[in-house]
This record gives sequence, C-alpha cells and structure tokens, in this order.
Amino acid sequence: MEDKTSFCETAEQRAKLEAVIEESRSTPGCLMHILQEAQAIYGYLPIEVQSAIARQLHISLSEVYGVATFYSQFSLLPKGKNRISVCLGTACYVKGSDKILAELEKQLGIKCGECTPDGQFSIDSCRCVGACGLAPVMMINEDVYGKLNPDMVKGILDKYREEEK
Amino acid sequence: MMTPEKLDYIRNKYHDIVAVRRIVREEGEKLAAKTKYRKQVLVCGGTGCTSSGSLKVLKQLEESLKENNIDDVLIVKTGCFGLCALGPIMIVYPEGVFYSQMTPEHVRTIAEKHLVKGGEVVKEYLYKGTITEKGDIIPFAETPFYKKQMRIALRNCGVIAPENINEAIAAGDYQALEKVLTSMTPDDVINEMLASGLRGRGGAGFPTGRKWSFARASKGDVKYVCCNADEGDPGAFMDRSVLEGDPHCVLEAMAIAGYAIGAHNGFIYVRAEYPVAVERLRIAIAQAREYGLLGKDILGSGFDFDIEIRLGAGAFVCGEETALMRSIEGHRGEPRPRPPFPAVKGLFGKPTILNNVETWANINPIILNGAAWFSSIGTRTSSGTKVFALGGKITNVGLVEVPMGTTLREIVEEIGGGIPGGKAFKAAQTGGPSGGCIPAECIDVPIDYDSLLQIGSMMGSGGMIILDEDTCMVDISKFYLEFTADESCGKCTPCRIGTKRLLQLLTKITDGKGEPEDIDKIEELSNHMKQSSLCALGQSAPNPILSTLHYFRDEYDEHINKKICRAGVCKALFTYHINAKKCKGCTLCARNCPVHAISGSVKQPHVIDTAKCVKCGLCMANCKFDAIERK
Repeated sequence: MEDKTSFCETAEQRAKLEAVIEESRSTPGCLMHILQEAQAIYGYLPIEVQSAIARQLHISLSEVYGVATFYSQFSLLPKGKNRISVCLGTACYVKGSDKILAELEKQLGIKCGECTPDGQFSIDSCRCVGACGLAPVMMINEDVYGKLNPDMVKGILDKYREEEK
Repeated sequence: MMTPEKLDYIRNKYHDIVAVRRIVREEGEKLAAKTKYRKQVLVCGGTGCTSSGSLKVLKQLEESLKENNIDDVLIVKTGCFGLCALGPIMIVYPEGVFYSQMTPEHVRTIAEKHLVKGGEVVKEYLYKGTITEKGDIIPFAETPFYKKQMRIALRNCGVIAPENINEAIAAGDYQALEKVLTSMTPDDVINEMLASGLRGRGGAGFPTGRKWSFARASKGDVKYVCCNADEGDPGAFMDRSVLEGDPHCVLEAMAIAGYAIGAHNGFIYVRAEYPVAVERLRIAIAQAREYGLLGKDILGSGFDFDIEIRLGAGAFVCGEETALMRSIEGHRGEPRPRPPFPAVKGLFGKPTILNNVETWANINPIILNGAAWFSSIGTRTSSGTKVFALGGKITNVGLVEVPMGTTLREIVEEIGGGIPGGKAFKAAQTGGPSGGCIPAECIDVPIDYDSLLQIGSMMGSGGMIILDEDTCMVDISKFYLEFTADESCGKCTPCRIGTKRLLQLLTKITDGKGEPEDIDKIEELSNHMKQSSLCALGQSAPNPILSTLHYFRDEYDEHINKKICRAGVCKALFTYHINAKKCKGCTLCARNCPVHAISGSVKQPHVIDTAKCVKCGLCMANCKFDAIERK
C-alpha cells in the first residue's frame, strides 16, 4: 500500500507559508502564530516545514522545534482525513469517556495519537472542548458528538466511511 | 468620533429592545408593546448548544417565520443561558418561556402555533421545570436553577446578541469606561477596586486593586494589560461563556485598567480550542475600533488603548502568569521565578497586569454601582459572586453564578437539581488539577476563597465536578496526576519528577500492588513538591491526592490492604460473576460480550470465564435481571 503519511508539499502550500512568514515576521512573538498557520496549511508540522520557518526567521531549528513540541496543539505527525478527538476532561472522564476512546481504538485498530495506514482516521485525546453538558463528548473534524456510549461509536464511524465511498 | 452623547443616543435607542429580556409578565408585555417587535426569540449560540444543533434550529426559525409571514418577531443569537444539559435552548419574550432540547421540527410547530399573532405557548416542548404541579407555566427565571443565582459577571450572557455592539451598549457595556474617562482619575479607579475587595477569579484570589496599584506605581512609559482566557482546567467553561456571551465587557474592563495603570496596549491570550469565543472576540474588537471605543483618543478623552488577540496552543501551564507572558512572546510557555513580579517586569520586560476573564467581567458593575454595593455581596473576605461550571454526576449540568458564601448543598441540591439515578453524593471537586475534594460531611461549608483552603481544596477558576458513589477517589486522584504529569513543563525538577513518581505510586495502588508504606512515600513527596516547585502547577499538583487522602483514607486503605475498589472502577481489583440464581439464560450478555468470555445454553445460567474477561462491564450494563455481580 502506498504510504500516504510521508511529507510532500505543493507549490501552493509553500507560497502560502512564505506569505504568512513575510506578513508576520516583524510582530514580536510571531513564532506561535506562524506555527499555527503552518499547521493549518499542511495539517501538521513536519521537520521540513520547521526547517523552512527557522531559516526564514533566522532562528535555530532547535528553537522552532522546542516551541512546536511544547504545545499539545502542534503535531509533528500527519493527521487523518477525519480527525477524531475524544474529550478526556474531568466532566467527560467521570461519565466514561475512557470507554469511548477504547472503543474507537478497537474499531480502528490504532492507538490514541496515531493515524490509520490509509490516512482516513486519526485519534487524539483533548482536554475539555467546553461542551460539558453533553459529556462524554468527542469531535470528528468540526462536528461534536455528545451523550455518547460505546455502542454508538461504530455507527458514527460508518457515516464517515460511507462519505468516503 | 464617538462622544459620550452619541453613546447615550445608542443606549437609549436600543434600551427597550434589550430591557424586554430582563422582565416578564405584564411589565414585559407593556415594554414590548413600545418596541417594534411583538415577540423576541432568543436562541443560544454558545458552544454547548451549537454542539447539540442550535444553528440548525436558528436556520429553521428564520425559514418558519418567513413561511408564516411573521415580520414582527426578532430573532437573537445569544451566548450561554447556563443550562447546557437541555440544549439547544430557545426563550421567547415577553412571556419568558423556556423551550428546551429544540429540533427543527419543534421550531416549525412553535412558529405555527405560538409565534403567529394570537398564538399559544406549546407546552409539550417547554423545559419541564417551568411547569408547576398544577400545570401553570412559570418564567424560567423563577425555576430553582435560576432563582438562587445572582448574575453579575454573567449579567449579559444569554441576554444580548454578542455580535451586535449596539445591544452590548444598550445593556450597559462601555458605560463604566465612559464614567471613568469623563469623571475619574486613575487613582480614583484603583481606590474603587481596592475598596470593592474584588479578588482574582482565576484561582489564587489575589486582590485585583492591589495588583493594579503595584503596576501603576511601576515606572515606565510602556505598560501592558493582559487577559488570561487560557481556561485550562478540564471541565471548566466559565471564561468561554463570558467571551461568547458578552465579549465587549472584557474589552471595556481592559481599557479601564489601561487608564488606571497607564497602559495603552492589551493582549487577550485565548485558547485556540475555543473557536466560537475567538471569533466573537475578533468581531467585538473590530466593532469597538469602528465605534472609536478602542484606538486613539477614546471618547475624546485623549486616552489611547488597543487590544490584540494571541492564541494559545494547548498548554495548561500557560495559565500561570509568567508562563503565559513567555508564550505571548512566542516562546515555550515556561514559568520563571518571581520576584520580579509582572507588575514590575512582565510582558516584553515591561510592567504588566494580568487578570482572568471573569475578573474583567466584574469591573463594569463595580465602577457603575460602586465598591460599597459590591462588597456588600458575598462574605467578609470574599466579596461578590463566583461563576461555577457545574458538571459530572449532577442533573442540571451548566453554568451557575452564586454569591460567595453559598453552601455546596444549595448548589448541588437546589440549583443543580441533585444527583441523577438516585445515587448518593460523594464529593465535589473544585479547583481542578490544583484543587481538592469537598466531601459530603462538608456540604454545608459556605464556599469562599478562605473556607475552601481551610478544608484542603481551593476555589480555582470555578470548575465544580460532582462525584457520586460510582466514582473511585483513588482513581480520580490518578486522573488528575496523569493530567499534571502530562502538563508539567519540565523546567523544575520537583514538578517534572515528582508528578511522575506520584503517578507511578498511584498506578501501583490502583493495579492492586500497593503497599502500606506507599502512603507515607506519597505524603513525603507531596510535601517536598509543595515547598520546592517553581510555579503553582507543581506546588498544587499534590492537592488532589492530599485532599482525597485526608477525607477518603479508608478507600486508599481498602485498595492497598484488602485489594478492593468499592466503586468498581479499578479493574485489577474485581472480577465479574453471574449469579446463577438470578440468571434466566436469556443469552443477552453472551451475545454482547466483545471477547466471547461468556458461555451457557439458552434458559440455563451462564458463566463468565474470568481469564478471558476484559472487564468492560457491557454484560452488567445490559442484563435485565441484575444477575451480573462485581466482586
């Protein structure tokens, strides 16, 4: 199977990144903003992108890497086409969100933090999306699914699988 | 340019439309008759309700009004009403009736039957709490959930359309800024803050007025005002709701602080995980600039102030003030030793004040109503109100604001509506990963900063998670230690290594391998961490363990000595069995078992192979005869 997880970029992505850097380089403290934009452009922050940012900002790669690895929102690994994020905040945890995560891992055959080999799904945990009234909660891309139980997981995943077909 | 006169004009023009939403019954109807809208329909556009589909409800409402040729009903997309468990929520004024769990179909019916001229309330879709035993409908403000609350910080949440600056102005926003710029000196403002007794709502409770006076006394031509909207405590969403429901009140308060300390620039550091809040802030800042309420020469006073947004990227430690400032500067968000305090040397090395969103939300009412009014609310050492995000095992999950000194019993039993499923209340967790538990025996302690510290918890930012008998106190400590071990920034050794070691010890206990001396080790290590960690994250990380050890020592002892988890959470400490006398042989459990650990013939008692069982609990959850037991 072709590995869809190795780095490749389009000229368009590169141009966007350069525009972001140019636009914000004079703002004090711009590195966080640039990394956030870069992640929005590429979906993650591969070492190639970090190097490009370091080079253009005239700072060391270790500084960029240090910031990129400090914050949980930045990912150095590619994410799936459908990004699943299970809330493990306290309100969701006491209502059993760990069981939702376990069911997702079982259904997809990957662990939290990983991406399926076909690039379709990735699972992450997060700390509180603020929808505690609906606990336990997970998000797939921008959609929020609340008041979950493990039995509902397969049906929800199937919806995304069908969209693919 | 915006002038006080123009501001007055806007306030008067929109006053009645907004005021209708604060009163009900005859008075409300009289006032509504003076406006051009026969009815107003408020739909919650907060994160809780949008997650359960309120945007679809909103769209359907617009279509249904058109279909029924209704043009004198105003639709308002508001922030959070607080009762998130019942979302999507829709409120109709002047009646003040509260529709809960709306769907597009419900909306269609309501438009046809209620919103048309001469229509009647559709009772079956109302929130059940607003219907009395006799069948009368009461306004939602008179239900137990709302009646006991006192809304100061949340005064405009769920009342105004946060994306409309005119409504914000009509609701009182920018009136305090006007008063400050036209009739008060910076020292007046600081004295008012000092006299009000307002303490920081982010958790530590430092007096806001003192913080401001230190920054005012610091010399320097450049100073900064920062807003901490990096709400990292899992299970807390107070700040998010204020930003989503009334973003202008934060901008206004930051400008007031800027005037008081002599700063002209502000930063709001907000979690990127709150897209709705970020968007509303962006809109609010743009509108305030357009109206001349931010920028140069505000209200012709010669005072300049502007605000920028900086997005966080998911690091709990960035709630600590020095770490937050490092992060705004674009670095790893690691804290540094204090002193120097930020009021002397903060963001970019300049004098800086940092306050939490909820603190900012209290500034406008203090300036307008006076320090004496504010300090008359609450307790002697903790004035005002506190917003709590009530979550966990409680019926009315949502956002509540109560005067300081309210007891936990009032919050849980009256406002929260008790524990669902007839379970027993075990404890309330406040202060998140830095706080502790309030056990059932302390349920009548009045909640303020000092009383919570005395019983080994802390106010924290306002997350309040209710735990019932099915919660294992050792497991919940482990949950918090997993969190702090993961979020420790690694700069200082006591926190980096200490959280890891505490987590290992707790895991050992929940795995059934605990030894009696482990408790001593935990206590000793915890005390070292409290004394020697660099910042509050490490200093307070042992709190969840110490407080549960104090109040629930017997559960730790049971885990260690008897290898029992009474709540049935720690999987290593129990196995599932089938009670042969109760089992009817319906085969439901065997069919549901994901690992095929259950065997037996139809109508014969089944048996669980404990070697195969993964203790998922599905059999117990599904059995209709209570035949599955945990031992």
